[in-house]
Amino acid sequence: MGLIENRFDPNVLTTSVDKFFNWARKSSLWPMQFGLACCAIEMMAVLDPRHDMARFGAEVFRATPRQADLMIVSGTVTEKMAPIVRRLWDQMPDPKWVIAMGSCATCGGPYDTYAVTQGVDRLIPVDVYIPGCPPRPEALIWGLMELQKKIEKMHVIRKGGESYDFARAAVRDSIRPVHEGPALRAEQAKAQLKQAPISGIKRTPIEEKKPKAAAAPVATPAASDVPSASEPATTLSETPEADEIEN
Amino acid sequence: MPEPLMRYLIWPLVKFLVAFLIVQVIVAAMNYIERRLLGLMQARLGPNRVGNEVFEKITPRSLHRFIPGGLLQIIADPIKFILKEDIVPSSSEKVAYFLGPMLPLIPAFLVFCLIPYGPPPTFVVTHVNVGLLLILALTSTGVYGIILGGWASNNKYSLMGGLRSAAQMVSYEVPFGLSIVGVLMLCGSFDLVRIINYQADHIWNLFPQLIAAFIFLVAMNAENNRTPFDLPEAESELVAGYHTEYSAMKFAFFMLAEYSSMIVNCCLMVSLFFGGWTLAINGYGLTTGVLRGWGLAGGILGAVIFISKVMLFMLMYIWFRATFPRFRFDQLMDLGWKWMIPLALANIAVTAVVVLLGLQFNFQGEVVLSIAGAAIIAFTLFLLLRPRAKVIHARRVSEA
Repeated sequence: MGLIENRFDPNVLTTSVDKFFNWARKSSLWPMQFGLACCAIEMMAVLDPRHDMARFGAEVFRATPRQADLMIVSGTVTEKMAPIVRRLWDQMPDPKWVIAMGSCATCGGPYDTYAVTQGVDRLIPVDVYIPGCPPRPEALIWGLMELQKKIEKMHVIRKGGESYDFARAAVRDSIRPVHEGPALRAEQAKAQLKQAPISGIKRTPIEEKKPKAAAAPVATPAASDVPSASEPATTLSETPEADEIEN
Repeated sequence: MPEPLMRYLIWPLVKFLVAFLIVQVIVAAMNYIERRLLGLMQARLGPNRVGNEVFEKITPRSLHRFIPGGLLQIIADPIKFILKEDIVPSSSEKVAYFLGPMLPLIPAFLVFCLIPYGPPPTFVVTHVNVGLLLILALTSTGVYGIILGGWASNNKYSLMGGLRSAAQMVSYEVPFGLSIVGVLMLCGSFDLVRIINYQADHIWNLFPQLIAAFIFLVAMNAENNRTPFDLPEAESELVAGYHTEYSAMKFAFFMLAEYSSMIVNCCLMVSLFFGGWTLAINGYGLTTGVLRGWGLAGGILGAVIFISKVMLFMLMYIWFRATFPRFRFDQLMDLGWKWMIPLALANIAVTAVVVLLGLQFNFQGEVVLSIAGAAIIAFTLFLLLRPRAKVIHARRVSEA
């Protein structure tokens, strides 16, 4: 995709192509099969007959990050788990999206302690935050639909807009918070010593750009700490409409 | 255009392309059908909304409820795969890593030249008189890509998956091949067209070769790494097995090869045991001669019968996937070596003896075998359907 990505002026052709690509991407969001805590139980419940996420074409949980499009961080991210979550995210191929499911993944939740990462957005860029402790399966489906709306607005081959790499690179190259655990700091120090690609993927370093839409309201408290989350985070403002969820 | 060129190059090429396209459409559709059917079997709905907005625009409102939901999932998944980043691990063996997904595709696609889809000569791409042997030789090379890909990824899970796949393929090639021998003895030919004509003139090989058909069914599941035998890509043990490190289109190629070879095996099953494109018994019914008498319409009817039978077996794959849990590895090996191979050998021995006795004492061996097979089927049906005392379950805690 590097050849044509964000190279073209907007016109009928490029906007149609973008629309088609975005439609394909949003229609086939394969999540990664991993759960961290009690939210994972609700994530499993989202596949059951009552709330069937398969209806959106998103039931194919892939166990390997190489084949996944969507990471649902379902549960408390402890400092010990943080490097692993980060590595899994690094191993996923672009384009990839992240849903922070539940209070713990959003902002640390009730665990305001040294052992818990205060929000997974300190490690990886989050696209949709879902509040709740844990959120009901309907809320996760709402999060998926919000993510689909967000993907619809992406610029794939058009110039400008929230390009894909722009949002990612901002977090990738941002200064990591002091709060992070010793394992991450050791990894950081190692990375400074030796400029090795993370997990064997060749990535060209991308300059950090200032987020354009920084002025947009950020509802989740944890997201406001992170200046690099360029896309305004969405939160559950009202209960999802029943007719959208059912069937 | 010189006549030999038309006959030996152009026509086979055109026929192959048509057959190939139809099969690839079926492969793409199988992905959707499998997800939808698994959903229905698990009391869910399955993918039912992708593309509905498109159909709602282009069709009148009265037709909406007849269009199955989520049909465009077939298009969305491949497009997404094409657009995804193609990761090549820096520590992988590059050439082998690229060859891995390609090698299984070649035999899986090539075999479609050899399968008779309808009455010859129009609906047979190439009429090879050792077609069955050639198909067996080609399909058994499909495992190399899996082993190569598993090893080249430089990942322990991939390597384990590749090794398991190799062991499994080697173990189940043997009963797979042995189960066909009985059919060959009855029909006396490696030519699939002649085997199918034989079945139309006598009876489906299912009846005289019931045990062979059963072994073939199990072995073909194992050959394709499908669910009771999906150890090479066991999610709970090996992340994703041999394709753990493959992303985007390379992974899709593996899936394409798997589904293509599934269709190949279903075609073989239908041709060997279920009468191919014919619907006839003892020479009565839709035999090859009757279908050819109707010209092109008869040929198309034959092809439709063939594809319908193949699709039934494809649905059987999905049914198995929704039903059976995965084998443990030693159980898999036990089943292959200690049960399937002795059973296949016993089947060959019994078939040989009966056919030989028939020649010696002037009776039809396959009739005896058919009666035995029909008796086994009847007995099994009796065991399944006999009236039984109603089992009274313990009352649930909530009811108590």
